[in-house]
Amino acid sequence: METAMAFLTGLFFATSLYLMLSKHIIRVLLGVAVLGNAVNLTIFTTGRLTREIPPIIPDDAVVPIDAIANPLPQALVLTAIVISFSFFAFLLVLVFRSYQELGTDDTDEMREAEPVDEPAPPLGY
Amino acid sequence: MATSTAHSVNLADAMVMTPPPMVDYLVVAPLVIGFVFGALCLMTRKNTGRQPFIAITGLVLMLAADIGLFWHVLQNGTVVMTMGRWLPPFGITFAADMLGAVFALIGGIVGLAGGIYALDDVNQTGRRYGFYPFLLLMMSGITAAFLTGDIFNLYVWFEVLLIGSFGLLVLGSEREQLDGATKYAFLNLLATTLFLLAVAYLYGTVGTLNMADISRKAASVRDTGPLFTIAALFLFAFAMKAAAFPVNFWLPASYHTPRIVVSGLFAGLLTKVGVYALLRIFLTLFHVERDMLAGTIAVIAAVTMVTGAMGALAQNDIRRQLGYLVISGIGMMLAGLALGSRTGLSGGVFYAAHSMVVMTALYFLAGIMGERMNGFALNKAGGLYSRMPWLAAIALVLLLSVSGLPPFSGLWPKAYLVKASLDVGAWWLAFAILLTGLMTTIAVGRTFAFSFWRERTGGEAETASPQGAVSGAVVGSLVGLTLLTVAVGIYPEPVIRVTDRIAGELLAPAGYVDSVFPADMTPTQGEGGPQEGETQQ
Repeated sequence: METAMAFLTGLFFATSLYLMLSKHIIRVLLGVAVLGNAVNLTIFTTGRLTREIPPIIPDDAVVPIDAIANPLPQALVLTAIVISFSFFAFLLVLVFRSYQELGTDDTDEMREAEPVDEPAPPLGY
Repeated sequence: MATSTAHSVNLADAMVMTPPPMVDYLVVAPLVIGFVFGALCLMTRKNTGRQPFIAITGLVLMLAADIGLFWHVLQNGTVVMTMGRWLPPFGITFAADMLGAVFALIGGIVGLAGGIYALDDVNQTGRRYGFYPFLLLMMSGITAAFLTGDIFNLYVWFEVLLIGSFGLLVLGSEREQLDGATKYAFLNLLATTLFLLAVAYLYGTVGTLNMADISRKAASVRDTGPLFTIAALFLFAFAMKAAAFPVNFWLPASYHTPRIVVSGLFAGLLTKVGVYALLRIFLTLFHVERDMLAGTIAVIAAVTMVTGAMGALAQNDIRRQLGYLVISGIGMMLAGLALGSRTGLSGGVFYAAHSMVVMTALYFLAGIMGERMNGFALNKAGGLYSRMPWLAAIALVLLLSVSGLPPFSGLWPKAYLVKASLDVGAWWLAFAILLTGLMTTIAVGRTFAFSFWRERTGGEAETASPQGAVSGAVVGSLVGLTLLTVAVGIYPEPVIRVTDRIAGELLAPAGYVDSVFPADMTPTQGEGGPQEGETQQ
C-alpha cells in the first residue's frame, strides 16, 4: 500500500512541478495547489498506513493494548489543508487583480516592479 | 453509562500536576497580547482615529512582555511551557531559550518602532484596509515562531506571519505592489510548503514533532533514517525564506514596492525568522548534519554576501539598494552558522540582532529621503544636506553601521566572524566578509554623497518637494533605532556576553533538551509513538 501511495504522491509532485515551470501565472498557481496536496499525501503516508483501529481502551487497562490508528497525521493534514486552501483563495484573488492591473499573466512581461529600462546609478557628480 | 472510576488513572504519568509559576506565562504572553490587540484593531477597523492608539498600546505591551521574558530567561535559563497541562512531548511545547528570547526582544523593539513610524506613513485609507490588524498578527506570528518548541507549530507560525505579510504587502494595490506581491507570495508559499514536506519526512523518520524530543532521538535513527536528506531539505526551504543566494530573487523584486514602513519591518523581521529557523534546526536538532553541510553553507554564505553587495552597487533606486543590503547581511549570518564555532555563532547572532535594527532604520531613513527628494532615484537625488543637516548625521551613522565601520554596532559581529573564519583557516570566507564590507561602503557612501552633498539638479523639483517639518513619530522611531546602534557600537560588552551565552547554549543542545524534559518529569512512554495534541488552525 505504501508503494502505491508513493507512486501517487510522485505523480502529484511531477504534475505540480510541470505546472510550476510554466511562464503563465495561473498555471503556476494550479501547480502550487497540487503541490500542497502532494505534501498532504506525503504526511498521511509517512504517518504509516494502518487499518481503521479505534483507540478503545479496555476497562482493566490504562493505555491501549494493541496498536491503534495514528490520529496525528490526520490532525497535521487537516491543519495543512485549511492553510493551503486559504492561501489558494488569497493567491487566486491576487493573480486576478494583477492580471487586471498589469494586463498580462506572463511572468516574463511582469516587469512593473523591476523595469527593464531602469537607469544605472550615476558614475560621478 | 459507567464512570471510569473502576480503575484509577494516574494523571501524573502524562500531565503536569502542579501549576507553573506565574512568571512562566511570559513565554506565551507576547503572542496572546498580539492576537488580542490584533482582534481589537480589527473590531475598530472603521474608527481610524482610535485604532493607532490600540495598536501602539498592544505593541508596547508586547515589547514589555518580551523584555520580561528576556530578563526571566537571563536569570533562570530556558523557560518551558506545554499547552493543555500535558507533559512534553504530548502537548505543543513553547520553549524560550536565550536565542529565542533575544530574537523576540529585538523583534518587539523593531515592531514598536514600525507601529510608531506608521502613525505618519499610513494614511486613513491604509488604516481602513487593515494595516494595524495585519501588523499585530504578523508580529504575533514572528514572536511565536521564535518561541515555539514544536516543529509543526513552527510551520503554523510561518504561515501566520506569511499571511500577515501578504496583507501588508498589497496594502494600496498599486500596479508595482501587485507585481511584487505576486512573486513574493508564490515563492514564499513554495518555501513554506517545502518546509512542511521536510517536517513530514522528519515525522516519518523520528516519529515526533517536539524539537527537544527530535534532538534526543535523532542519534538513534541516524544510522537507518535519511536524516542528511531531511536536513538538506530544511536548508533549502529556510534558505529560501532567509533569501540566501540562489533562491533569493523574490526579495529584490518585492521589498521596494509597499509603503516604506512595511519594507522596513519586512527587512528587519522576516528574513531573520528564516535565519533563526536555520540556527534552531541545524544546531539544536541536527548538529551532526550541520558538520556535514558546513562547507555548502559556507559557500552559500560567501556568495550571498558578495552578490548582495554587488547588487547594491548596481541599483539606482535607494530602496532596491537596501533590499540587496538585506541579502548581503543574510550571508554574514549564514557564515556564523557555517563556522559553527563559539566565536562564529556569537558573531552570527550578534549580526542578526544588529541587522534587524539597522536595516529597519535604513528603510525609515530612505522614506524621509524619498519624500523630500520626490523619489528614490539616485540619478535625480541631491540637496538634502543644506535642508536637513540633522538627517545627514543620522544617515551617516546608519550607513557606516551597515557597512561595519566603527564605532557602530556593525563592527563587532564582523570582527568576530573574521576571527572565527581565520581560526579554522577559512581565509576565503574572511576575505569575502571584508570584501563585502568594502563594496557596501562604496555603495552606501555613493548614496550618501549623491543624496546629501550634491546640489539638487532641476529647479522645479526643488520647489515642488515638501518643505515642512518631518513629523515627530517618524523622527522619534528613526532616532530611537539609531541611538540603539550607536549605544551597542560604543558599549558592546553586555551584548557580546549575551550572544556568547547563546552560542554556548546552541553548541550544547543537551541543555535545551534537559529543560524541556527535566529528569523528574518524564512521561512514561508507550509503544504508540507520537501522541501529540491538535495544533492551531
